Amino acid sequence: DHHERKRKKESREAHERSHKARKMIGLKAKLYHKQRHAEKIQMKKTIKMHEQRKTKQKDDDKTPEGAVPAYLLDREGQSRAKVLSNMIKQKRKEKAGKWEVPLPKVRAQGETEVLKVIRTGKRQKKAWKRMVTKVCFVGEGFTRKPPKYERFIRPMGLRFKKAHVTHPELKATFCLPILGVKKNPSSPLYTTLGVITKGTVIEVNVSELGLVTQGGKVIWGKYAQVTNNPENDGCINAVLLV
Amino acid sequence: MTSENVERLLIQFQDENGEVLGSPFDVPLDITPDKLQLVCNALLQKEEPVPLAFFVRGEAEVVSSLGSCIQTLGVETEQVLPVVYQPQAVFRVRAVTRCTSTLQGHTEAVISTAFSPTGKYLASGSGDTTVRFWDLTTETPHHTARGHAHWVLSIAWSPDGKKLASGCKNSQICLWDPVTGTQIGKTLTGHTKWITWLCWEPLHLNPECRYLASSSKDGSVRIWDTVLGRYEKILTGHTQSVTCVKWGGDGLLYTSSQDRTVKVWRPKDGVLCRTLQGHAHWVNTLALSTDYVLRTGAFEPATATINPQDLTGSLEEIKEAALQRYNKVRGSAPERLVSGSDDFTLFLWNPAEGKKPLARMTGHSALVNEVLFSPDTRLLASASFDKSIKIWDGRTGKYLMSLRGHVGSVYQVAWSADSRLLVSGSSDSTLKVWDIKTGKLNMDLPGHADEVYAVDWSPDGQRVASGGKDKCLRIWRR
Repeated sequence: DHHERKRKKESREAHERSHKARKMIGLKAKLYHKQRHAEKIQMKKTIKMHEQRKTKQKDDDKTPEGAVPAYLLDREGQSRAKVLSNMIKQKRKEKAGKWEVPLPKVRAQGETEVLKVIRTGKRQKKAWKRMVTKVCFVGEGFTRKPPKYERFIRPMGLRFKKAHVTHPELKATFCLPILGVKKNPSSPLYTTLGVITKGTVIEVNVSELGLVTQGGKVIWGKYAQVTNNPENDGCINAVLLV
Repeated sequence: MTSENVERLLIQFQDENGEVLGSPFDVPLDITPDKLQLVCNALLQKEEPVPLAFFVRGEAEVVSSLGSCIQTLGVETEQVLPVVYQPQAVFRVRAVTRCTSTLQGHTEAVISTAFSPTGKYLASGSGDTTVRFWDLTTETPHHTARGHAHWVLSIAWSPDGKKLASGCKNSQICLWDPVTGTQIGKTLTGHTKWITWLCWEPLHLNPECRYLASSSKDGSVRIWDTVLGRYEKILTGHTQSVTCVKWGGDGLLYTSSQDRTVKVWRPKDGVLCRTLQGHAHWVNTLALSTDYVLRTGAFEPATATINPQDLTGSLEEIKEAALQRYNKVRGSAPERLVSGSDDFTLFLWNPAEGKKPLARMTGHSALVNEVLFSPDTRLLASASFDKSIKIWDGRTGKYLMSLRGHVGSVYQVAWSADSRLLVSGSSDSTLKVWDIKTGKLNMDLPGHADEVYAVDWSPDGQRVASGGKDKCLRIWRR
């Protein structure tokens, strides 16, 4: 009988404990809850330890495979099969006139966005002049046409000469002078005007980097593609096309 | 043509540094190099005749006869013609032709291999974290040195051949005794990223072989005191991984890094002397003109025997011998340094004198992986990922020839001790032995199952060891 009663009392303990915890109020309750919280933390820890003992863990001490010498460590090797097909793909693209650029698709910018209508005339009715609202590049020795005849106004505040160009492999950024705008993806009109928006391919002066061709001649111009919106940031960030 | 009708010519013998030997000589145009050798040796008045090579005006080599050489050059015959003579190595290393054994034992790719300075021991480091010592007379495994926790990336013998240092990818350096295969001292820790290169202090500066320089991906170079087991100096200054460190014989330390610069330091006080700039991409490798003589220390390859021996003699004697050999190879000009880079070019520097490079060597169409001066410092070999090896003049940096034949990137090259042969290992799993005089392939050594990562020619010229991705170490002999 004693054992039966003991067993039943122990099983009732959980219910009684929870009844007490719910009904207690005041300072007594605060102390009790604090104590109980500490107990529960310990219980959880022991349960977790038991669980870990049962599960198998990955052996962290094993050295990874694929040992390479020090000179190959920082290089991600291209598999040999890929190299050949890459060569063929490049030849095809060259034929088609398509070039691989870091940003292949950019949002085309309409005329209303890039050019702002300037009204002129005694009654401000004539509306044939346009002002460029984006950053642009004008070459050295640029002189404006006579104001009466100029159709496109490029404000001096939005003219830039230098771009911050990042070398994709070296991960270093250089401030290089711009030589010209090669292609603006939105419209050939913008290319001739020299408007620089996101995705424009510009030519920069890289003589600072010290690149040399196979024959020993110094490379001084390379293409880079603009990666930010320069009219919002106030600077031109570009990535070098190697 | 009768002997009276043959034109005669005035020539003046000069040595490489420009000093004249004797007075101008009147010789017939059809004189051959052998006869020139006799004359020159007589003038030099040495006990044994030394084999010599002759270069007209220092440029074109006299191969068949003086006349044909002059015709190709188009030199006028009125004036006295300077002929530069160059002593070649007295001993002749024979090309390796066959693989005598495949040493298995490593359980992962063999990443680095090196012969000891006398050629007595062979050590190899591998991706299975062990360094193995091999017995060369029986070509069987000798010891396995366990102690590293990650791939053993670089190994370096001390110039007296008594210690081997190995660096691993977990940035630890261990020292081993080749005789017993056990670790000497404790593991040197301190770097935060993997070790890229190890280099001992030259023997003639310190015959005890106490100091060791290590470069790491974390951008610092540490000079360790191996006796006390701790670092002596840290040289910081590079902003990116240091790819190579070389301890020069004149008391300067040269380091190359991925931040496109080469820096010159004074190891005594850890001061940066000079920064050599000019490369446009990572600088992968460095080579010193006195590399080979610093590596072999007091051992003279000409005195090698069939069974390699340890260095004998007291510390003073060894130091004297090493110093003599070093001065002979160095000559009067200071050490030259060559750096090879990912921008496909090499620069020839005179680092002790100035910041400006002596020459920029272009021509490779892919990155340059290794550069090596020949043991007599006259030639320079550059191995590149564009499957070719280019030979350049070691003094001026002028392009001499291209060795083509590999079908995969050339990873490493090694010169024979007499500077006449070059062996190269590549990713196409073959080794090729090239004859420098003719510029042609001497021997093709296939046999590896996968890429060949490391190649070394023993200083006594008898064996070539190569290890690669197929986990085997192969020894090649004649």
